[in-house]
Amino acid sequence: MREMTDGAETVEVEGSSVRQIINNLDEKFPGVKARLTDNGKMKANISVAVDGQVSPIGVLEKVGEESEVHFFPAIGGG
Amino acid sequence: MTTTYEPNQVLSTKEFKVVGTRPIRHDGVDKVTGKAQFGADVFPTGLLYGKILRSPHAHAKIKKIDTSKAAAMAGVKAVMTGRDMPETPNVPGEERRITLGELSTDLKYLREQVMATKRVLFRGHPVAAVAATSPHIAEEATKAIEIEYDVLPPVLTAPEGMADDAPIIHDDVFTDELGEKQTDKPSNVAEHFQHKLGDVNKGFAEADVVIEREFNTSTVHQGYIEPHTCTVQWNKDERVLIWNSTQGPFNVRDSAAQVLDIPISHVRLTPMEIGGGFGGKFEPYGEPPAAILSKMAGGRPVKIVMTRTEELECTGPTPGSYIKCKIGATKEGKITAMQAHMAYEAGAFPGSPVGAGAMCVFAPYDVENMLVDGYDVVVNKPKTAAYRAPGATNAEFTSETIIDEIAEKIGMEPLEFRLMNAAKEGTRQADGAPYDKIGLVEVIEAMKDHPHYNAPLEGKNRGRGMALGYWMNAGLQSSVNIAVNQDGTATLVEGSPDIGGSRTSISMQAAEVLGIQAEDIHPSVADTDSVGFSFGTGGSRTTFATGWAAYKAAEDVKQQMIERAALIWDVDADSIEMEDGVLKSKSDPELKTTFKELAGELNSTGGPIIGRGAVDPKGVGVAFAGLIVDVEVDPETGKVDVLRVTAVQDAGKAIHPSYVEGQMQGGSVQGIGWGLNEEYFMTEEGVMANSTWLDYRMPLALDLPMIDTVIVEVANPGHPFGVRGVGEVNIVAPPAALANAIYRAVGVRMERLPMKPQTVLETIAAQKG
Repeated sequence: MREMTDGAETVEVEGSSVRQIINNLDEKFPGVKARLTDNGKMKANISVAVDGQVSPIGVLEKVGEESEVHFFPAIGGG
Repeated sequence: MTTTYEPNQVLSTKEFKVVGTRPIRHDGVDKVTGKAQFGADVFPTGLLYGKILRSPHAHAKIKKIDTSKAAAMAGVKAVMTGRDMPETPNVPGEERRITLGELSTDLKYLREQVMATKRVLFRGHPVAAVAATSPHIAEEATKAIEIEYDVLPPVLTAPEGMADDAPIIHDDVFTDELGEKQTDKPSNVAEHFQHKLGDVNKGFAEADVVIEREFNTSTVHQGYIEPHTCTVQWNKDERVLIWNSTQGPFNVRDSAAQVLDIPISHVRLTPMEIGGGFGGKFEPYGEPPAAILSKMAGGRPVKIVMTRTEELECTGPTPGSYIKCKIGATKEGKITAMQAHMAYEAGAFPGSPVGAGAMCVFAPYDVENMLVDGYDVVVNKPKTAAYRAPGATNAEFTSETIIDEIAEKIGMEPLEFRLMNAAKEGTRQADGAPYDKIGLVEVIEAMKDHPHYNAPLEGKNRGRGMALGYWMNAGLQSSVNIAVNQDGTATLVEGSPDIGGSRTSISMQAAEVLGIQAEDIHPSVADTDSVGFSFGTGGSRTTFATGWAAYKAAEDVKQQMIERAALIWDVDADSIEMEDGVLKSKSDPELKTTFKELAGELNSTGGPIIGRGAVDPKGVGVAFAGLIVDVEVDPETGKVDVLRVTAVQDAGKAIHPSYVEGQMQGGSVQGIGWGLNEEYFMTEEGVMANSTWLDYRMPLALDLPMIDTVIVEVANPGHPFGVRGVGEVNIVAPPAALANAIYRAVGVRMERLPMKPQTVLETIAAQKG
């Protein structure tokens, strides 16, 4: 995804849920939302982890003020 | 610190009443007396026998299929081909993902995998099926089906598939990177991803020693004893009944329903006892064809039982791989950079475990600079399936052998080198996410403390090797119901098939909450109509997640029991507590009863009590393990004899230590088989030349010594009892540990799995002349 964030490996955005994080990321870096989600849900082959824990509920996961959010290929892929 | 030798040690940090003990398993009597009902034991009235006709070619176009002669045979009741399967909607951009154990696939690929329509993509690919009144008639009828093929050149390895001039297997597969198609040109590379931490170029520049090697590993099979088997009946009410051998009843219910294009609620799947799976029994193979044959035959049930050759040629093995691995370190022992290029064979359809392999390859180490590139490559072999820590064994074979080599180059003891660089809580993994509490340091220290590690190893051509293994484990959804019986026992209904004693490990967690004995819980694995959705038994998740659901269900029961006592004593429920199976008033010592006594009062105090637990948990505890192995190598023949093995593993909390020890021993054996002998030996035409258990060389009891175990317990803060999954990580370390032992025995670095006699001899010749 670094090509979408001008090469930055980490960026800071506000939001209290993964959905808000993605929406705010998309404002800063247009296209991120389309890259990560499909019909309002995480794409099937992309996972999100909040504070090191892979979320089973994706965009609905709550995010704290100091949380770290990671997007990465879903394990297994394909 | 361990100072005395015991074959099985448990380094407990917290004790419970039931959890951590070793009760007799609930299903033991039925299994040792032969009464347990497995998949092939189902014989409903009017049963027909199904047989699948499979492609003799690894890659070919189907020009023509003529089933008329087969259909005309006496005793044949139905014949089908891919044209009888429902078409799967293929809307661009709309993937329909099917979860299959730890892997997943697109519905359209699963549909084609079940039965080919236009092209066959691996030797053994189903092309037609027959249902008949006897298995012999069914087999003869498949031979009467006439098929014309236009044979195409096969692609058999990941590097072959990635070559510029490789035959393209799918014209609708394009290289995807994190959800985005990278090119309009079809490719055998279905996916590429990259994990990056820091700057590896800077890290390698800071290193005093840099080692880079290329590794190749062969395709291997799970080797479960019981083959895939299913009996399917398409009822007149349009409900489809399935009895089968599966790790994932709900997974197969859902995927079979989607392949058949019917609602999932129209399928009821009854999981029978299972004779092993190891990840390979999450996919529907015979179920959809058997359903269609049943419908064509007027609703008569159809049974399909695979032969061993069908298992090896046509179900999902774990992939062969090509991995280039590079690690650099300072002479003081600090790892400065780690890099891997990993290409895994997906098989005939996208979806190898390369993603998992990439997460595991450098997982034991706290290193600032990492770069991992993963490639999922389709080839003309059976579609890979999950196999015990899928992807991890290939990956850590490469990194753990190079770690050993660097330790030697800088003059450090290999475990000290690992300890110095070991990942800890907060260490960032290759994808950037930090670890929660982990027990890697404790595992390494337990290895160092073990008598095996310190025992002298004498004799010519003998060597001792060690390696670490990592697996991330899974959580996922589970449901449990618990009903209290009036005699003070309870029935527990769950949806995760019992492969390794999970009925008991799940019951023990409920018993701990209720303060009763594990034997007072009567567990059963229900059909998909009788319990809430439960992901299957895989990903080392069942004792963790289904156990957690049992914990919640028991807590629900406990609260209801407290409310019953409050009703009888005419006090507030808040004034009552329940501990160790005793309910008592917090203020009045006269008000006291036991769980068993109160259970006898249920009928007169409001009726049944049923507790329910449903979870989709976070808090999964990752797992680390280590292996110490002694070998003796015959330099004349290349044969490797395993002399002594000790397996160490962090279980978080071992609910039933005997079952954890069994998993550690079983996983070690499979890892040793993978390391020394097991492989798909493929001809140039893409035919597996060793598709029987006479020729596919799995380890036997006579090949191995008893395997000692050490259970380390570093509690997972994400589980009520501290559980980490224990089923998979134990397979990861053995190949690398064996390679390191072989090096110390004969002085050569192994780069290929399996390390069979021929490979050992070739490596000795190449490296020592």
